[in-house]
Formats: sequence, structure tokens, C-alpha cells
Amino acid sequence: MRHPSRTTFRAAAAAGAAALLALAGCSSSSTSGGGGSASGGGAGGGTLVVGVTSDPDTLFPWKATQFQAVNVLQNLYGTLTELDKDLNTVPGLATAWKASDEGRTLTLTLREGVTFADGSAFDSADAKSSLDKIMDEATAAVAASTLASVKSVQAPDPRTLVLKLNAPDAALPSNLASVNVAMLSSDDTEAALTAKPNGTGPFTLKGRVASQSLTLAANPKYWGQEKPKVAAVEFRVIPDESSIVSAMQSGNVQLAVFNDPLVARTAATGQVSVAKTPQLSYHALQLNSRRGELGDKDVRLAIQCAVDREQVLQTAALGEGEVTGPITSPAFRSDPARRPCPTRDLAKAAEHLAKAGKSGGVTIKTIVSQGEYATSVNEAQSLKAQLAEAKINLDLEVLESGAFVDRWVAADFDAAVALNGGRPDPDGMYGRYFTSKGNLNKVAGYSSPELDRLFEQGRTTTDQAARKAIYDKVAAELEDNAAWVWLFAGYNYTATASGVQGFTPMANGSLQYLRTTTVQ
Amino acid sequence: MRKIIHHRAARRGAGIAGTLSGVAVLVFVMLRAIPGDQITAGLGTEAAALSPAQRVALERYYGLDRPLVAQFFSWIGNVLTGNLGYSARAQRSVLDLTLHSLPVTLELAVLSIVLALLIGVPLGMLAASRPDAPRDAFGQLVSLAGLSIPAFLLATTLLSVLASSYGFNPNGQGFATLAENPGLNLQQMFLPALVLGFGIAAPIQRTTRTAVLEIRSDDFVRTARAKGVPPRRLQIRHVLGNALVPITTMTGLQFGYLLGGAVVVEQIFSVPGIGRQVLLGIQQKEYAVVQSTVLVIALAFVVVNLLTDALYRVIDPRVRAS
Repeated sequence: MRHPSRTTFRAAAAAGAAALLALAGCSSSSTSGGGGSASGGGAGGGTLVVGVTSDPDTLFPWKATQFQAVNVLQNLYGTLTELDKDLNTVPGLATAWKASDEGRTLTLTLREGVTFADGSAFDSADAKSSLDKIMDEATAAVAASTLASVKSVQAPDPRTLVLKLNAPDAALPSNLASVNVAMLSSDDTEAALTAKPNGTGPFTLKGRVASQSLTLAANPKYWGQEKPKVAAVEFRVIPDESSIVSAMQSGNVQLAVFNDPLVARTAATGQVSVAKTPQLSYHALQLNSRRGELGDKDVRLAIQCAVDREQVLQTAALGEGEVTGPITSPAFRSDPARRPCPTRDLAKAAEHLAKAGKSGGVTIKTIVSQGEYATSVNEAQSLKAQLAEAKINLDLEVLESGAFVDRWVAADFDAAVALNGGRPDPDGMYGRYFTSKGNLNKVAGYSSPELDRLFEQGRTTTDQAARKAIYDKVAAELEDNAAWVWLFAGYNYTATASGVQGFTPMANGSLQYLRTTTVQ
Repeated sequence: MRKIIHHRAARRGAGIAGTLSGVAVLVFVMLRAIPGDQITAGLGTEAAALSPAQRVALERYYGLDRPLVAQFFSWIGNVLTGNLGYSARAQRSVLDLTLHSLPVTLELAVLSIVLALLIGVPLGMLAASRPDAPRDAFGQLVSLAGLSIPAFLLATTLLSVLASSYGFNPNGQGFATLAENPGLNLQQMFLPALVLGFGIAAPIQRTTRTAVLEIRSDDFVRTARAKGVPPRRLQIRHVLGNALVPITTMTGLQFGYLLGGAVVVEQIFSVPGIGRQVLLGIQQKEYAVVQSTVLVIALAFVVVNLLTDALYRVIDPRVRAS
């Protein structure tokens, strides 16, 4: 007599194995077809598939701050000025602009023959309506403060736009290049545009499946001399960056931008090449000088002297970046060697602490975001270990990204490990943080009459060399007073599959050169 | 009136209503307890730059300027009339989003449970067939692996290895529903279902092993064997048949868990299920999306429990008799 359990086991095992094989067989037999169709669609059909971790949280350009939303909207909407690959301000919907009346009037000549996606013509009435609405607080547009210097907008004829300014503003042409100042048709409303974008950009919205994909089609009426090279761009949502890498390796995605150096390294295989671009955004230890021990300049300087920035860069970001001063914009870049304690100096740190009467050490409550960006917690731990050697205790509070933003927005922290976005013009980048009336000064935690004066001077000066000298002084003022501790600027990594050509990554992370990209 | 209250169906209905009401209150309160709101979620750190007037305008836009009690009853009132709310991010109603995501998750859950049963039940029977023998150790080892290997690790490893070594990654293509493209859909569902099924197979294997061992020592099994019932029939009909009740209980619980708990695997494999819908809602602080979707998940869980109870009646005559 056979053992009963053996028979049962065989039957059960056979059934299980058969089912598994059937499923596996089903998947493997149809895999090549599925995979082939996707890559074939991308290569042969002129569709470029861009892997993104999230779809846009809004399609209304005046309220878009999310990276993915900005990247999509830049391709749908036009702005009066644009930035070229080197972040120089170049003509956009305005072909020329001229300051007069001692810099208190800016006259822009608008481009002819521009139409919105719905076919209606763009003229100065649309431009005036757009700027007026952005400045209206009821709109709650994020760029309202960018236009703070604008007193009124006039449209004397369809091709001319006149901005009357409260005071000269040399940064204004550059600030007009932001998609948050996109030109909308005067007939459109926020509700209508959120559902169906209507811009003057190189692409139009073709379709969207929420949380899965968003597809743009080339705009045949685009005003630019160079029309988009691909017929369509699909932003495919793959929530996990590692999964985007897998999708690139299997040929399903042709372009992706990563900011995690570790992910970028895994992406660089035979079929995928990765290019790194220095970014305007910068990593910093923000110090709130309006709270506790940090009100003492010497305590802040002690922290500055006790930090080895290169070590933070090496340990937290695999050495992928460059130690930086406050200003990261290529035209105005600060020299990190000119700061007090350009290299770590524990003796100097102890000296500053003694001067502050804190020889026994200080404790600084520091907020850190978990998940906002890849290297945050590693940076915080590296800083904590280094500062402990100078008797400075960073009391780390690691927060979920939403909770971090909430505390940051309320300036409810002594110090914060942060990755802040940069802008091409230093006035737009720091004027709102470090001037006493800046709308982010509460978060910056530092201002001084000297900084107010320098920023004012920078805004009213048009000569580029003179402005560079002014912003060098701004940088020195910030670092001599250890307003914050600037650490390093990282890279963005653009991964492209073989066959993708013509894409130019930018230091501000923009994907505006999708219009020049080809895919085979 | 007393008769009605004591009626089993009415009591069950009252229990379900109580459960759902509790879930509704809990999710509403918990969401408000999370730091931040739709404004900071949408604008990020740029929210710090808002002027007071801009902040007021946005609070009005998102309905945050209304008292919490008014927000709660307005939401509940809408839900009772079939309006689950609207997602500004997706530009679609929550009902519409749920009608697309719930079937995806249900399909994933069913496939995962099928794979879990195909792995867990045979392994449990194998382990129970000779306790403490190598086959038992093997069964326990697989079960331990299922319990201890995190789903995200197994998912990422499978995806990376298959994509880089074999170029196999159907999930890298746009998601296809079962109705749109059954072939591609099954490919896209296979790996996530396998990862989830492997994890769920462990408790099923353990439950099966324990139940089979217990039932095999029962008098009726010995009697059946003495009466000459063939071994296969004995194992399948008498032993496994009676072990089905605890296995069904465990499977029902795991199925319920999958309705909302598969979010990590959904993220990694880009499966647009209901777990991801909740996660996105939480990230964007879209209160109506999260509240209504959690309520739908709770309702689905209740339905699964009801079905499990109904299944007891099918597989166990004693329940029918009682």
C-alpha cells in the first residue's frame, strides 16, 4: 500500500506547478510582442517616451510649482522671454524689450503671427490681461511677488506692451521667462485651462490618463523657427525611480531625469547613457537667526567653521556635485574659497563658541525631510557627526516631506537641512529670502540693512559687470554673517536611450529642449 | 420592532453601518491631524511666499475655510447621494477614478490569492504529510522566506534582474486593462501578483499545515481509513475538505488586506490600483479622494467578509445546519 500523503503531495504539486508554468508561459510567450510594440511605437512612430515619477498636480501654469508640472507646462505655454541653454535671457513671445525713463518703464515688442492652441491670436491684450491677473492677489499666482516692481501694464497697440515700474528692476526680463508668468488668452479661465490647456508652446495636450500618462502632440502652429522634431511626447508615470531605470533598460522609456546619484549610476548601462548637469539648486543648512542660540553670529560662524563641506558631499552624495557658495548661477557664481573658514577649522569654531560664551557647546534643533530628496538624511547625519566634534549638537528631527514643508513654511525650526531651488538671476533667487520685506524672509531668518541696500542696488543696476560685483558683496555679506551654511550644488542626471538625440539638459532642470529632441 | 432588531440581517446591516461610520469619522479626523493641507501639498515650500490675501483665496478655493463639522457633513451628505467628491489633480470625479482603480486592484487581489493558494496549500499539505521530515522543513523554509522577504525588495529585484538581463518588463509599457488588452494586462499583473502571492502563501501554508495535522488525527479520518476509503479521496475529500474552513478564513483576511495594502507593489510595478489612488490623495492632501476611497475599501472589506461567511455555508454542512 502506497503512503497516502505522497499521492496527495504529487497531485497538489503537479497542479501548482502546472498553474505556475501556464502563467509564466503566458507571460513569456507574449512578452516580446508587448515589449516590441512599445519600443516600436516610440522609435518608429516618432513618439518620445519620458519616464516620470508623478503626473502633474496641476495644469494651470500660474500655480504650478511641482517639478513634473513645470516640465510639462513649459512645453505647452509660451513666456514673454525665455532662457537659452546657458540661462541667458532671450526673446520669447516678446522679440525685444527696452528700458527707458531711468529704468522705470520697460517696453516690450510682441511677436507677430503667434496663435494659441485653439487658433486664437496672441496680442498685447492677452499679455496685459495675463500680467494683471498674476498681480491680482485673488488669483493666488505664485509669481505675484516676482512682478512686485510692476506698477501697471499698458497695451497701447496689439504688438506693444508697456510695463510701468515702481523702481528699476534689472532682473525683470529674466523673471518673465518663468512658466509661472506664462501668457494665457484673455478669454480663458483657470477652470477651463486646468481641464484643457491652451498655450502658445511647441506642443499641445493630446491626452491624459490620470496617474498613468500625459501625451503631448507637436504644435504645427508653433511660432519658433525650429518646429518640434518628434510627433508626440508621452510622459509615462512610473512612480519608482528604480522602475524607470528598468523600463529604460527594457526599451520602454527613452528619456528620464534623475536626481539621485545612486539611481543614475544603476541606469548607465550599454543601451542607456547618462549625462550629468550642474544644477542651480543648492544644498544648505538653513539657520534661523531669529531663534535661540542662533541669534548669536558667533554661534552661526562656529557652525560654519566646523563643517567640512567636501566630506558632506562625499558621504551623502557620492561626491556628485560641487562645493558652492550662495549664488550658483553661472554668470554670478560665488567663490566658495572666499568665505570665512573655506575649509574645516575646529580651532576657529571653538574660538567663535568661546566668543559667544558657549564653550560648553550648544544644541540646535534641526528639521530634516525624509523622502523630499534622496540625500537629505545622509547629509544631516554627516553634519551631525562633524558638528559633534565641535561641541555643537544637531538635534535631528526627521520628518515626512509634508510635515517638513509645513514646518518650513511656518519657519518653525532652528535649523533645516534643505535643498532649495535656484534661479538664473540672484535677485530672483535671494531677494525674496534676505531682504527685510522679502516674502520668504520669515523662512530665511536673516536680513540686514546692508543686504537691503545691496539688493536694491542690484535691481537698479543694468550693467552686467557691475551687477556681478554687487552680488559678490551679497554673497560675502551672507557668508561673513553665516546667514546659512551653503554646502554643495548637485547634478541632475539625464538618462537617454540609444537613438535619442538633440536633447539639451539645463541647469534649472528644464525640459524645454524636448522640442529639439529626435528619437529613432 | 424588537423582531426586526433581532433579525440576523438587520443586526448585520447595523454592524456594517456602524463600521463604515467609524471608518468615516476616523479617516476624516486622521487626515486633518496630518501636518499640512492642500495648499502646502500643492505649492510645496512656495506656500511660504503666499501673502495673507493669497492664502485666503486659496483656502476658499479648496473649501478649507469652512468649519470642520460642516466639511464632514457636507462630505457624508454627498457620499450618500453617490457623489464621492472631485480630484482637482486628476480632473476627474472620485467615483470615476474608483471605477477604474478598484477593478484593477480586485484583479490583482484575485490573481495574488490564486497564486498564494497554489503555492501555500500544496506546500502546507506537503509539510503536514510527514511532520519534522525534510519536506516539512522545506515547507517551513519557503513559508519563512515568504514572511521575511519584504515585498518591495522582492519586487525591485525581480523587476531589475528581468529587465536588465532579459529585457522583460511589461510594466514599463503603459498600463493596459483586462478589457483593453488581456494579453498585456496579464503580463503586467503576473509579477506583482507573484510577489504579493508569495507573501500571502506563507500564512496559508502554515494554516493548511496546522489544520491538516489536526484533522488527520481526528476519529472520523481513522474510521474512514479503516473502512477502506482510498488514500487520495481520504486526503482530498475528508482531510482537505475539513481544513478548508480555517484556510478560507485566512484567505478572506488576506484578500481584504490586499484591497488597500498592495500599495508598495502597485507603486513599483506602476499598477494604477486603489492603493495608489489613496497614496496620491494623501500626498496631495486631497481630502475627498482619500476619505471616499478609504470608505470604498472598507466597504469592499465588509463585502469580502460577508462572502467569506457565505462560503463557510457552502464548504461546511455544520454551518448550514446551525
